[in-house]
Amino acid sequence: MYTQGLLDHSEETEETPEFLAAFQKRIDQEEKIEPHDPMPRAYRKTLIRQISQHAHSEIVGMLPEGNWITRAPTLKRKAVLLAKVQDEGGHGLYLYAAAETLGISRLEMTEQLLKGEAKYSSIFNYPTLTWADIGAIGWLVDGAAIMNQIPLCRCSYGPYARAMIKICKEESFHQRQGYEVMMTLAEGSKEQRDMAQDALNRWWWPSLMMFGPPDTESSNTDQSMKWKIKRFTNDQLRQKFLDAAIPQAKRINLTIPDKNLKWNKKLNNGRGGYSHGPIDWEEFWRVVKGGGPMARDRLRARKKAWDGGKWVRDAATAYARKVKR
Amino acid sequence: MEKETLLWEVFVRSKNGLSHKHVGSIHASDKMMALNSARDTYTRRNEGISIWVVPSHLITASTSNDISDALANSENKIYRHPSFYDIPDDVGHM
Amino acid sequence: MSDHLFSSILELADDHLILGHRLSEWCGHAPTLEEDLSLPNLGLDLLGVATSLYSFASKLDSKCRSDDQLAFGRLEREYKSCLLMEKPNEHFGYTMLKQLYFSTFMEMFWENSLHSKYEDIAAVASKSVKEIAYHIRHSGEWVIRLGDGTKESRNKMLEAIYELHPYTDELFHMSKCSKQCLRDGYLPDRSKLRSSWITRIESIFEEATLPFPTISYFHAGGRDGIHTESMGHLISEMQYLQRAYPGQKW
Repeated sequence: MYTQGLLDHSEETEETPEFLAAFQKRIDQEEKIEPHDPMPRAYRKTLIRQISQHAHSEIVGMLPEGNWITRAPTLKRKAVLLAKVQDEGGHGLYLYAAAETLGISRLEMTEQLLKGEAKYSSIFNYPTLTWADIGAIGWLVDGAAIMNQIPLCRCSYGPYARAMIKICKEESFHQRQGYEVMMTLAEGSKEQRDMAQDALNRWWWPSLMMFGPPDTESSNTDQSMKWKIKRFTNDQLRQKFLDAAIPQAKRINLTIPDKNLKWNKKLNNGRGGYSHGPIDWEEFWRVVKGGGPMARDRLRARKKAWDGGKWVRDAATAYARKVKR
Repeated sequence: MEKETLLWEVFVRSKNGLSHKHVGSIHASDKMMALNSARDTYTRRNEGISIWVVPSHLITASTSNDISDALANSENKIYRHPSFYDIPDDVGHM
Repeated sequence: MSDHLFSSILELADDHLILGHRLSEWCGHAPTLEEDLSLPNLGLDLLGVATSLYSFASKLDSKCRSDDQLAFGRLEREYKSCLLMEKPNEHFGYTMLKQLYFSTFMEMFWENSLHSKYEDIAAVASKSVKEIAYHIRHSGEWVIRLGDGTKESRNKMLEAIYELHPYTDELFHMSKCSKQCLRDGYLPDRSKLRSSWITRIESIFEEATLPFPTISYFHAGGRDGIHTESMGHLISEMQYLQRAYPGQKW
C-alpha cells in the first residue's frame, strides 16, 4: 500500500515487545507521533480519552461564563467576555479535530457527552453567582488550566501538541482579563470588594482540585508520563499554581481562604514554596461523579442546544445533497 | 441516526508572498459553509488573507513507510547538499 | 449642530447594541460548534460599531454622559432602536433572517455614508462596510439553506418571515433628527434605500425558494421609544449591574 486517505486509520498494529520498545524509543528521543504512525492501542485510547475530555471541558466551560454575557456591566467587558467564551468554543473545536485524527468522530464524542458517558472538568459544575465569578474564573480556573496546558504543547502526539500551541497562544489574554476584573473590583467600593472576596472563597478550593487527586492516588499518571502525554504530575502542577496565585492575591489585597497556608522553605528543591491546608477530596469525588451543583443543568443546556439545532443541521445536509444533484 | 457533516481541512495564507499553510479542520455541509466557518474559526485574530478548504476525504496521503523509504534513499545522496563540496575559503561566499 | 446629530447617532448606536445583545445570547447554545464561533463574531462586530457610535455621541451629549452611561444608563423609553432589533431569538432561522434584513440595509446605509460631512461617521462607515459584507454572506447563505433545506426548515423560515417582515419598514423611516442630518450632509436618506433593499432581499428569497411577503400593516415606534414588551426584559438584564451598583467602576 503506497497511499491512503487522510481519514484512514490502521489500528491493526501487532504489539510485539520489539514494536513497543521501538515506539518507546521514538518517544524517548522526543520524536512526535503523527496520525498515520503505528502506535500502541493503549496510547491511542489514552489520547482519545484525554483529548475528548479536554474538548468537552472547553464546550461545557462556555456555559458558566456565558451565563454573564448578557449582564456584563460595560461595553468593553461585554465584548471581552463574548470574545473569551467564543475562544473556548474554538478551543473545543481544535481539540475535537485533534481527537478525530485518532479515528473517532466528533459526532461520537458529542453523543458520549450528551449521554453523560464522557467526563469533563468538574469545575464547570459550580455556578457563577456574581460578576466577580467571571473574574475568579479567568484568574484562577484559566490560571490553573494554563499550568496544565503549557506542558501539553510538548506532548508526544503531534496534532494534540499543535492544538495546544494554538490554544495557549489564544488563552494568554484570558487569565489577564480575569485578574483585571478582580483587581478592578478589589479596588472598588466595599460591595465590590466583598463580591471579589466571596468569589475567591468559592473558587479557590475547586481550582486546587482541578489538578486532580494527589500523586499517591492518581492511576493514569505513570504511563502517561512515560509516553510524554503528561510531563508533570498533578502535585507538581498544583504547586506551581499555588506559588503563582498567592502573590497575585496579595497584590490586590484579597485573602486566600486557607488558614493553614504557609511558606515552606523545603519545597521546590529548597527554593521554597507554599504549602496548603487539606483539600476536601470527598467533595472532589462527589463532583467528579456527577454530584456538582450544576452538573445536570450543564448537560441539559448542551442537549437543548444540540437537539434544538438538529433541524438546522438537517436542512444544511439536505441542501448540500440537492445542490450536488 | 444523525450523520456526521463533512470534515474539511483548512489552509490559510497569512500574507501575500507566503504559501497556504494547514491550520486545522472544521465540519461543514458544503463548500460555502466550510469557507464561512473556516473564516470564523481560523482568522479571528487577523491570521489570514486567503483561505482554502478541502474535504478531508479527498486528500490522498502517503503512508509513513513510503516516506521513510524515500528518506533513507535520499540520505545516501549527500552530493545534493552544498557542504559536500570543498571550495577554498578565499573564493568567498558561494 | 449637536442635538439632532447626537440623537441620530444614538438611533444608530442603539440598533447595533440591541441587535448585538440578541446575538450574544446565542453564545454556547448554537446549532453547531462552528456556528458557536460565527455568531459571536457577528455580535462582536456589532458591539464594536455600537461602542464607536456611543463614544461619538458622548462627545456631543449636552449631559456629558460617557459611552457606557449612554449604553447602560437610560430608561426603556429612551432607547431609539428599531423594533426589529429587540425581537427575541425564537429559533436560529429568526436570528439569521433578522441579520439578513439588517445587514442588507446597513451595507447600503454605510456605502452612502462614506462621504459624510461628519468625519467620525465617514470613518465608521468605511470600517463597517467591509464587515457587513460578510454578515450578509453569512446570514444569506443560511437563509438559502434553511428555506430550501427540509420541509421543517422551510416552515420555520415561513414562520420567521411572517413574524419579522412587518418590522422591516421602520428601517427606512426618517425621524425628525435624521431629516436634519440629511440636510446637513451627515447621514444618508434611509427612505431612498427601500427599493434597492427589496430587490436584494427578493433575490435571496428566490434562491431560498421563499415567497417575498405582502404586508398589510408594518410596525414601528422604536425611534420614539415605543418598544415591544420584550425590550423591557432585555434592558433589565443588560443593565442589571449598573442598576444594582450605581456609579461604580467595572
